[in-house]
Amino acid sequence: MSAAVPGFGQPDSADPEILDVPRAVRSEGELVDRLFRGAARGSGAVVLVIMLLVGIFLGYRAAEALRVAKGSFLTTSAWEPDSHHFGIAAVLTGTVLIGLVAIAIAVPLALGTALYISEYAPRRLRRTLVSVVDLMAAVPSVVYGLWGAFFLQGQVVGVSRWISTYFGWIPFLKVDGADPHDPLATTTVYTSSTFIAGMVVALMVTPIACSVMREAFSQAPVGEREGAFALGATKWGVIRTVVLPFGLGGVIGGTMLGLGRALGETIAVYMIISPVFAVQSHILQNGANSVSALIALRYGSASTFGMSALMAAGLALFLMTLVVNFIASSIVARSRSGAGAEA
Amino acid sequence: MSDLLNSGPLNSGPVNSGSISGGPLDKADKEQVRVDRTPDEGREVRRNTSAVHATDVLALVGAAVGSVALTALLFVRIAPFDSVLGFVVVGYMLFVALYAVLVSFDEKGVAVRDRVTAVIWHSLAVLVLAALVFVIGFTLWRGHRALVHLNFFTQDMARTGPLQPLTDGGVMHAMLGTLEQITISLAVTVPLGLACAVFLNEVPGRYARFVRTIVEAMTALPSIVAGLFIYATVILILGVDKSGFAAALALSVMMLPIIIRAADVVIRLVPGSLREASYALGASQWRTVWTVVLPTARSGLTTAVILGTARGIGETSPVLLTSGVNAGLNADPFKDPQISLPLATFDLVRSPQPAYIARGFGSAALLMGLVLLLFVLARLIGGRGPGELTRAQLHRRVLASRRDAERMANRSAPATARTRPEHR
Repeated sequence: MSAAVPGFGQPDSADPEILDVPRAVRSEGELVDRLFRGAARGSGAVVLVIMLLVGIFLGYRAAEALRVAKGSFLTTSAWEPDSHHFGIAAVLTGTVLIGLVAIAIAVPLALGTALYISEYAPRRLRRTLVSVVDLMAAVPSVVYGLWGAFFLQGQVVGVSRWISTYFGWIPFLKVDGADPHDPLATTTVYTSSTFIAGMVVALMVTPIACSVMREAFSQAPVGEREGAFALGATKWGVIRTVVLPFGLGGVIGGTMLGLGRALGETIAVYMIISPVFAVQSHILQNGANSVSALIALRYGSASTFGMSALMAAGLALFLMTLVVNFIASSIVARSRSGAGAEA
Repeated sequence: MSDLLNSGPLNSGPVNSGSISGGPLDKADKEQVRVDRTPDEGREVRRNTSAVHATDVLALVGAAVGSVALTALLFVRIAPFDSVLGFVVVGYMLFVALYAVLVSFDEKGVAVRDRVTAVIWHSLAVLVLAALVFVIGFTLWRGHRALVHLNFFTQDMARTGPLQPLTDGGVMHAMLGTLEQITISLAVTVPLGLACAVFLNEVPGRYARFVRTIVEAMTALPSIVAGLFIYATVILILGVDKSGFAAALALSVMMLPIIIRAADVVIRLVPGSLREASYALGASQWRTVWTVVLPTARSGLTTAVILGTARGIGETSPVLLTSGVNAGLNADPFKDPQISLPLATFDLVRSPQPAYIARGFGSAALLMGLVLLLFVLARLIGGRGPGELTRAQLHRRVLASRRDAERMANRSAPATARTRPEHR
């Protein structure tokens, strides 16, 4: 910048009286402004400190347990911290399975709802529908849990039995101890399963995935939509060739954001499952577990070391949701910048 | 092509009028026109541009009736099925198939695919909305047994045994707890969250970007971990009792990132030209934020806070670890356990006693009603972009500017009279 100054001053150099030196542009600001900026930075610092404190404290307390458990923390299924025999193999598998079941159910629902709101719904209804979906995201998880435990549990047993009878040859749909040919067999083997917990969590993550997808779909460029219509495309043609390709980032990102929420869900899962501390890969069978349910179950009776072990489990859960959310938001951000390509 | 153009009812009009007013035409030409006109002479029917045709509606209704009839036949006469869910699933699949067949009578393959996919998207959306209505309706319906008793709102559970009927005991203690805890956490999160959101937008730089990244990372914090953090620090290390205050702190840790992010998005939408106009008038940054940015974004900020409240009020897991369960009324959030509505729900339905379960559903219905109320409030206040006004606000704005114009006219009249001599 300073190199330009002599060149600028050249023509005027004959007359040194009116030599025009650029004024230093520095906004010192009034006292009030400096105070305001200081206060703003301060509030940022307070938030930063709180947030970092959570992360650092979690890591610090978890380190104690992790030093004892070392690598076996990831491979042990049992949770007996006081005899130094504990690990998150079972709970982490359970968490991921519940998340996957939830996502498998939520994605078609969210996709259909998002497409309906952005493409088919009458213009007048759209805002109402958007706030109804927001409402669905704000329904307390304990309400979903009640519904799952007192209503869905009884209804899904039949479905679980049907699936396990006809598709039991697929390894993860198998149910041990169930005899489909025995009409008097008890149905308790099908209750409190990963599948039912996943269904309830699916309802909780559908609105989150749906709102991200809807936003991505509504940003599909108008020019290309109209171009497709002008070429004689049907509505489905437009959706298939314009809306979905442009919204793909939103679909993937919304799915992952939903997965992040599903992994951290506590109360609804806790109310439905009956906890087991073994890797349970049969999703239709009684017994499941998740990291957050483990914390809710064991925090009260934990010793100091047990608390540290729970912290380690919480840290593992946090890191997992953090990675999933980070990938999701970077995908969503990238897809938005791509959607700006107006025809 | 010319056939198409001339035979349509819309096109025949202008063509004829042009050729008639054109004056001398040879007979052959005229006859050509007449021949073209003959199919629809004398009646110019307005073309129906609506996308809905009678055949579409008929196809839908026909497919619906046919599928119900076929499924009923299958379930009652042919196979010994009896599940309601099976009836719905089989009926739906038959409906889609029948609809495809019916549409394919009048349309080609592309249009058939279009119709069938439209039906599928519609039904998925209906399924989601139905699930939501059902979840809420189920809670309210199961809860009404407890809600009809007035004592449910005015008593606590301290002197209510497991076998006492619903006419005894209530959840007043939980209502008070929810109210106090959410008030404390709002008192923490609203000033801090809004100040941080203003900071992220008004003092940009590397530091602000870092804070934003951390806040975004913290939205991934599972709520149970927020509760665990407060339990391990405030309760175990600082030695504070399990209390409403600790629960409010846990809720604050959970709500803070949510409110900051929502407010950040709203403030970012305030048009830069408004800020620049304020700076150009010589206002300081603080004045600009206080009188331009925040009022412009007011409706969005209110919505952000209300939605954050709705999320926080229903959270059970952070409260589960920090507030403790108390069957009696405790108005002091700093001492002794204090229960809240979600926790009371969770605690009551764990009991096998039907009366307890009914009370649990009652408090869940109360909680749901509270969330619904907050949503209606958010919908009434906000949802508008920054600077968008309601009709009443617009009316007030118009009146104010009319008053200003009048005032200026009154003021400038003597002023011009004074300045005129000087000017001369």
